Amino acid sequence: MSVTYLEAIRAAQEKALTDDPRVFIYGQDVGAFGGAFKATKNLAAEFPGRVMDAPLSEDAIVGLAVGAAIEGARPIVEMQFADFSTVGFNQIVNQAATLYYRTEVPCPIVVRLPSGGTLGAGPFHSQSMEAVYAHYPGLVVMTPATVEDAYSMMLEAVAIDDPVIFCEHKLLYYHLKADKLPDSAQPVGKARIARAGRDATVVTYSAMLHESLQAAEDLVEDGWQIEVIDLRTVKPLDTDTILASVARTGRLLVVGEAWPWGGVNAEVISRVATEGFGLLDAAPMRLNARDTPVPYHPDLWAAHRPTASAIAARLRQLLTQ
Amino acid sequence: MVMAVKEKMVVRTDLDSALLVRAYRVMLLARATEDKLASLYRAGMIKGGVFLGKGQEALSTASSIFLQKGDIFGPLIRDQAGRLAFGDTVLDTFRTYLGSVKGPMRGRDGNIHRGRPREGYYAMISHLGALVPVVAGGLYARRLRGETGVVGVTSIGDGGTSTGAFHEGINLAAVEHLPLVVVIANNQYAYSTPNSRQFACADLLDKAAGYGIAGFKCDGTNPVACLETLQLAVQAAREGNGPQMVVATLLRLVGHGEHDDAGYVDAALRQANVGRDCLEVGATQLIGSDLASGEEIAVWTKEAQAQVEAALNIAQREKGPDPAEEDWRAISTERLVDGHHDLEDE
Repeated sequence: MSVTYLEAIRAAQEKALTDDPRVFIYGQDVGAFGGAFKATKNLAAEFPGRVMDAPLSEDAIVGLAVGAAIEGARPIVEMQFADFSTVGFNQIVNQAATLYYRTEVPCPIVVRLPSGGTLGAGPFHSQSMEAVYAHYPGLVVMTPATVEDAYSMMLEAVAIDDPVIFCEHKLLYYHLKADKLPDSAQPVGKARIARAGRDATVVTYSAMLHESLQAAEDLVEDGWQIEVIDLRTVKPLDTDTILASVARTGRLLVVGEAWPWGGVNAEVISRVATEGFGLLDAAPMRLNARDTPVPYHPDLWAAHRPTASAIAARLRQLLTQ
Repeated sequence: MVMAVKEKMVVRTDLDSALLVRAYRVMLLARATEDKLASLYRAGMIKGGVFLGKGQEALSTASSIFLQKGDIFGPLIRDQAGRLAFGDTVLDTFRTYLGSVKGPMRGRDGNIHRGRPREGYYAMISHLGALVPVVAGGLYARRLRGETGVVGVTSIGDGGTSTGAFHEGINLAAVEHLPLVVVIANNQYAYSTPNSRQFACADLLDKAAGYGIAGFKCDGTNPVACLETLQLAVQAAREGNGPQMVVATLLRLVGHGEHDDAGYVDAALRQANVGRDCLEVGATQLIGSDLASGEEIAVWTKEAQAQVEAALNIAQREKGPDPAEEDWRAISTERLVDGHHDLEDE
């Protein structure tokens, strides 16, 4: 018996609906159909009236969630693809994210963003938007990379009083598996050392964790021990864990699937440079997707995003600097 | 301010006379508050903009006066009167404009961006239309909790009807059959943009049919007409008939903000029926129906002005926020605050 990343997200939503009558789910096709990816499969039948299909209106979906949160509900809204959250952007960054600061009324909503590239998905079904949302004050941005985190972080996303942008990676939905759902969880906001090492630190998150772990494995035969840090949440960013790792290794590579300008990678390097410059034995490096829309053709897509071999190549450069 | 009563106008209405008087006094209080805000602005005593609802008091008052405790009100820019009718105070108005820490926004937001969401009084953001789905969401949650008979009212202008959020919000509310009343003040201009550059339908009310919701029209310069119309709309929503759209025609008698002389307004509109001052119309109606005399209205006006002065005196003595005492935190969960910022340790 095993559970996939997607099943973990579904199971967490099911548990949230079971445990807390304030929780409801609202989004396109999330009802009887069970969602475009089946993240809400059977939930509409299990929880009548609490898992509802929404009109094709991302702005109104998020707006509805904000109003419901003001009245004490705990809505989970699904953007069918992270890319479409741009249509609900105003409600997320100007309404949800400012509510607590302005009025002292918290806004406990969860916005699920099926994120990241998959084969043949192209420019508008592939985006990684965590950095855009992390830029705005007032939002917590989660980027689970494991089945366990997908489950436990979803539960925490519902439980905390602030708006959470839940970036779940579509590439992990079906193939990433765990033996069972976790009984306990690492606190949200703390990064995790996914692989210990002494020669260089890779800081990454979401699907790029798995590419980075593969790259670290590939470098073992050359005698390198790479430490890989899974950020888990990009906001808050666990700078202390990053700095402690860089203090041990002296070398830093940051890997993300999002676009290069600004963003999580830039933020990590900025913090290490300003707060831990003396810890570095070499200039920090970064690896992002290329600065173009996400291409459709598999060959273009494979060259657009960082892969294990690209990460390994960049690490070799970093280690011999 | 003594009303010039040009003609004796007997008004036939089933509205309770006490309600008519109460509504008129709210309008007077809103006007007195805004007159004071305008003079504070001219004296340089308010930072940022001042956005007034002069000419829209009748509609605004009618928008919220039929709401009850537990209902939801999401006012917009020109709703000083509706805010007061819903329970906002002149004191909190000045507190917000002056940035008092005792105000609901504590200096973190200002002017018309104020509310007390826990009391059903939602705080607008500047993005027009954005409050429509939020009020719908509040109603959705109430229904989910099993509450019935709750109504939500939100306001918008002619310009706001062109936004995506307005469309998405009303359509969603219609699909969900929510007890939402959307009050559209067609005040002829969105900032400087006239109706002719804003929409191409013959009448804004035509939109109601497109959403499959009920629609009402009224003369926004006529207090009795506004009250009668909103009473019907709010009641229809309360009785479970789904969203209601009210379109009122009027003219904003001030600029978009006090920085704006509104020189773009067609002079003919100012002279037309649509350019009437609803306070003058209201005085005529009260006097014509023997609900008040000119002298009584003059006394009420003075009382409103005194109330405004008293509130201002309090607000002016209150402290503004101290940057050193702010927690500079945008989320409520302290352990999830992102640290390591440049200014943090300074």
